[in-house]
Amino acid sequence: MRPLTEEETRVMFEKIAKYIGENLQLLVDRPDGTYCFRLHNDRVYYVSEKILKLAANISGDKLVSLGTCFGKFTKTHKFRLHITALDYLAPYAKYKVWIKPGAEQSFLYGNHVLKSGLGRITENTCQYQGVVVYSMADVPLKPEESFSYEEKTNLASIPLTAYRSSSQTF
Amino acid sequence: MEGQNVEELLAKAERDEAEKLQRITVHKELELEFDLGNLLASDRNPPTGLRRAGPSPEAELQALARDNTQLLINQLWQLPTERVEEALVARLPEPTTRLPREKPVPRPRPLTRWQQFARLKGIRPKKKTNLVWDEVSGQWRRRWGYQRARDDTKEWLIEVPGGADPLEDQFAKRIQAKKERVAKNELNRLRNLARAHKMQLPSTGGMHPTGHQSKEELGRAMQVAKVSTASVGRFQERLPKEKAPRGSGKKRKFQPLFGDFAAEKKSQLELLRVMNSKKPQLDVTRATNKQMREEDQEEAAKRRKMSQKGKRKGGRQGAGGQRKGEFRAASLGWQEERRTTPRRKEKEVIFILGPACKQRTILNVKFGGRGGIKESGFCCLR
Repeated sequence: MRPLTEEETRVMFEKIAKYIGENLQLLVDRPDGTYCFRLHNDRVYYVSEKILKLAANISGDKLVSLGTCFGKFTKTHKFRLHITALDYLAPYAKYKVWIKPGAEQSFLYGNHVLKSGLGRITENTCQYQGVVVYSMADVPLKPEESFSYEEKTNLASIPLTAYRSSSQTF
Repeated sequence: MEGQNVEELLAKAERDEAEKLQRITVHKELELEFDLGNLLASDRNPPTGLRRAGPSPEAELQALARDNTQLLINQLWQLPTERVEEALVARLPEPTTRLPREKPVPRPRPLTRWQQFARLKGIRPKKKTNLVWDEVSGQWRRRWGYQRARDDTKEWLIEVPGGADPLEDQFAKRIQAKKERVAKNELNRLRNLARAHKMQLPSTGGMHPTGHQSKEELGRAMQVAKVSTASVGRFQERLPKEKAPRGSGKKRKFQPLFGDFAAEKKSQLELLRVMNSKKPQLDVTRATNKQMREEDQEEAAKRRKMSQKGKRKGGRQGAGGQRKGEFRAASLGWQEERRTTPRRKEKEVIFILGPACKQRTILNVKFGGRGGIKESGFCCLR
C-alpha cells in the first residue's frame, strides 16, 4: 500500500475530471474528514484517514481491500474507473442522463441506450462526454458489466444515445 | 463409658503419632550419601528386598523410593532457611558431584591471522598495565575503550597541519578515521570467525572461485565483477546474446503511507488548479534548458563562422572577430544606459563602447530580463 505518485495522481484526476470536472476538489478536500487515495496491488482506494490507520496494521499480502475502490491502473499505467466509484461520483456529476423506466432494465443488463429511452439530459452535453446515467427516480445506475459511461449526443441524426462502454469485470 | 471413649481417643492419637514418626524415620543399614546442591541422594545398600520380590517388584520399588525420598527431604529440612518475598526458602549448598559434559569438547580453532604472524615472528604478548595516567584529565584511565586515556577524537583544539587544506574539518577527519579503524577491525574479526567455522562472509559469499558454483552464484559474481570498474560498469559491454540483469535499476522511492495529510491535500489541490486553468503553464526548467541549448548552438555556429572568416580575410578581421569572447563590461568598457520613453513601449538601450572595440566588429547583442532572453540581434560597427 502506498500513496500515488504525481504522475499517477495526474492520470487518475484527468479521468475522474471527465465525469465530475472541478467538483473533484470536493472529493480531495472534504469538510467532514480527511480522505485520501492509496494504491494497493494496482488498485486505487479512496479511504478515510481513520480506516487507513487501521488498515496499515494488516500485512500487504493479506489485505484485500480498504475503503472504496475507485479503479485500477492497468499494466500500461492507464486508469480504469470502477463502478464502486459511482457512489462518490454521482452526486458531483456534471452531465447527467435520465432514462425512462423501459430503457432502464435494458441498460442495466448491458445494452446501449437508444434515443427513445432518453428521459432528460443536462444541457450542453457535448459528444463523447462522460456522463452518469440515472433512472427517473434519481438513482444512479450501474449496469452489470460496465462502469464507465460515454455519451454520444447528436440527437438530431443518430438514434443511439448512450453507449455502455464495456470492460472486464473484477 | 466416656472415659473409655477418651482413653480410646488418646490411644488412637498416640498410635497416630507413632505412625507418623515411623513414617518420617527410615532405618537403613548404610547411610545415604547426599549431594544437596544437586538434590541427589545415593543409596549404597544392597537391594536384597528387590531381588526377593519376583517378577513384578512394583510395591518394593515404591517403598524404596518413598524411603529414600523421605531421607532426602529430612536432610533438606535441616538446611538454613530464609524468607524470600513471603516464601520460606532453603539455601542449597554447592553441588559436590561433577556432572558429565552436555556437549562434546570444542575442537581447536584455527589461528587468526595475527596469531599466525606472531607465531611466525616469535612475537610474545607484552604485559601491559590496565590503567594509564592521563595528563589531560589528571586521572588514571583505561588504556582503550570507554573514556580512554589518550582519545584523539575528544581533543578540543587541533592545529591544522602544514600541508593540509585550511577548510578541511580536522575533527571530522579524526572521527572518520576512528570509524574506519573500527570497521576494519570488525571486518577482520568476522573474517577470522568465517575461517574458523569454515563459512563464507555473506558480503563476499560465492565470489571466490571454487569450481562447483551454481549458475546463480556465477551470475552474481559476474555482475559484481562488471560493476567493479572505475566507471561502475557503465562502459562494460555485454556479450551478443547476454540479457540485462533484472532488478538492477534504481529503486523507486515513494511517499510514506501516512505522511503529512495536509501537504498531500495541498499538492493535489495545486495539481487540480493547474489542470483546471486554461492557460498552459510554463515549465521553468524546460524553458531554461532550451534557452541554454540555443545559446550554445549559436556560440558554436558563431565560432565556426569566425574561424572561417579569419582564415579567409586575414588577421585583423579575424582578430577582431575572435574577440567576441571578451565582450564583457570589464574588458571593453561598455556601459549601458537604459531609457524608457513614455510614448514608446519598447526600451532603448544605449551601449557606450570603449576604445578597445575596433571597427567592423560584430556584436552579438542580447536583451533579456528575468524571464529569459527575449531578443537577440547583431549589429555591426563601423
